[in-house]
Amino acid sequence: MFFIGERINGMFKDVAEAIKKKDSAFIRQLVERQIRHGAEALDVNVGPSTENPEEAMAWLVKTISEVSDVPLAIDTTKKEVMEIGLSLSRSRPIINSVNANDDRLGFLFSLAKKYDASMIALTMDKSGIPKDTEGRLELAMKIIAFAVEEGFDINRLYIDPVILPVNVAQSQIKEVLRTIKESKMLSDPPPKTILGLSNVSQGSDIKTRALINRTFLAMAIGAGLDAAILDVTDNELMNTAITAELLMERQLYCDSYLSAYKKR
Amino acid sequence: MERPIEKWQDTITEVIIGATPEHGGTRSRIVKVGGETGIYFIKGEDACPNKPRIAMEVWDIEPDSWPDTLKANFGKVLKDPAEWARVCVEKFSADLICLRLAGTHPDSKDFSPEDAGKVLEKVLKAVGVPLIVIGSSSPEKDNEVMVHCCEVAKGENCLFGIATRENYKTLTAACISGGHCIIAEAPIDINIAKQLNILICDMQFPQNKIVIHHATGALGYGLEYTYSIMERTRLAGLSGDKMLSMPMISFVGNEVWRTKEAKTGDEFSNEWGPAKDRGALFEFATAVSYLNAGSDILVMNHPKAVEEIKHVIDELCVV
Repeated sequence: MFFIGERINGMFKDVAEAIKKKDSAFIRQLVERQIRHGAEALDVNVGPSTENPEEAMAWLVKTISEVSDVPLAIDTTKKEVMEIGLSLSRSRPIINSVNANDDRLGFLFSLAKKYDASMIALTMDKSGIPKDTEGRLELAMKIIAFAVEEGFDINRLYIDPVILPVNVAQSQIKEVLRTIKESKMLSDPPPKTILGLSNVSQGSDIKTRALINRTFLAMAIGAGLDAAILDVTDNELMNTAITAELLMERQLYCDSYLSAYKKR
Repeated sequence: MERPIEKWQDTITEVIIGATPEHGGTRSRIVKVGGETGIYFIKGEDACPNKPRIAMEVWDIEPDSWPDTLKANFGKVLKDPAEWARVCVEKFSADLICLRLAGTHPDSKDFSPEDAGKVLEKVLKAVGVPLIVIGSSSPEKDNEVMVHCCEVAKGENCLFGIATRENYKTLTAACISGGHCIIAEAPIDINIAKQLNILICDMQFPQNKIVIHHATGALGYGLEYTYSIMERTRLAGLSGDKMLSMPMISFVGNEVWRTKEAKTGDEFSNEWGPAKDRGALFEFATAVSYLNAGSDILVMNHPKAVEEIKHVIDELCVV
């Protein structure tokens, strides 16, 4: 599994506050804590309420780069903010994200080439997120075709079938799992798959959120999931992911498989 | 048509055995093993920066269990470990010497740790190649003997063995203190092999000083079983499993010279061929198999088998 830490996101009040006050110590400890817990990349999102998102992104990326060269997933819908984030990244960044009929598709793939970036692509278009697997796969195929034409390495393309909260779209969970499984048949080499995990429990009772997250993650890994943007500081969640990988034979068994995974 | 070339995620760890004076030892040369970026001997993908190496066995007592056809190659030096080692290096071109302290076993001569230490010192003085030092397979006695020997050879960066899941702590600690490498052995079980490497690393032992040994078990488990375990280990290591990415060692001679085909004299020579060639051929053929399974160090006995396997390595390692 490829673990991307979700925490540096202006949707969280403490991060929004840190961006506002330019509290670099707070951001740095968030970076270090997530890496210590197993993050292999960090999502970076300035959040909706920032007045000057370009400046905020520049500040965040620079602040993170002072303590780590971990790859960053630049998470924004704004072109300018994306380019600033990518240009300041110290190691191969990730574009988060594009969607199927995005008029920025060409621009973002050219950015990917320019900054040697991986790409996260959502299976949605102007009319929203398809309600079934077939609709999602159709959009995934559109993006893959575009990527192939652009000469983009499909091994670095992550299809995100977009998980919706279980409390509003319960029937969609099965569709997402099927999409993960079947998107592997769309091309050779197949695209990778990714989820923004926490969304599955958005709005659910706080007492069961973590349980929902880790149960769903295990199911998604069972379906073949390659990567997730998630709360890496949740130890139960990480141990569940590692165990699911073990059960899928992606890691060779030994009694200390949890610590063996962390030694990689 | 273009042949697809397999690309691996990771490389096998390079382990250095021996230390020259500038690194705190007295060896005239060191041996590097491992470092592979792919599977051995596949043209175009072949990625063995360090060739497989041959160690020859030297015992602290004359080996009673060896048949005459094997003993005859060494003559009198079998009674003198230092001379024996010198012959192996100078005459038979061994890359390493594997000192087997068989005489320390309580059922053998029950040599004391100090006796063993003296033999080790003499062998270290007699040859300049790096040393592998193994005990007598008596866990309690080995713990005493190895602790002392690790101290005697401090700084020489020997490869000490043999750590097992049941008995690894004492040897690991002694190797840390003496600055040596360690052989980690599992009984034809890849999961236990991985677990043991983790346990050893958990004692703060450096991962790049471990060499894996997959024991070939008693009757019933043949070479083919060990072969597939070794192959899986190598593939796991190349695929990114750090706890299986160490080089591997095989005690070829020790396995072969216990078989009846190698040991039996000329009473079956009509069917099996003359005894004087049979054992060496058996050892040579077994060594070739271990090489193909991914072995980095072959510990061998018969000089003729050593000579032949070196030719094979030279031929196979041409990229």
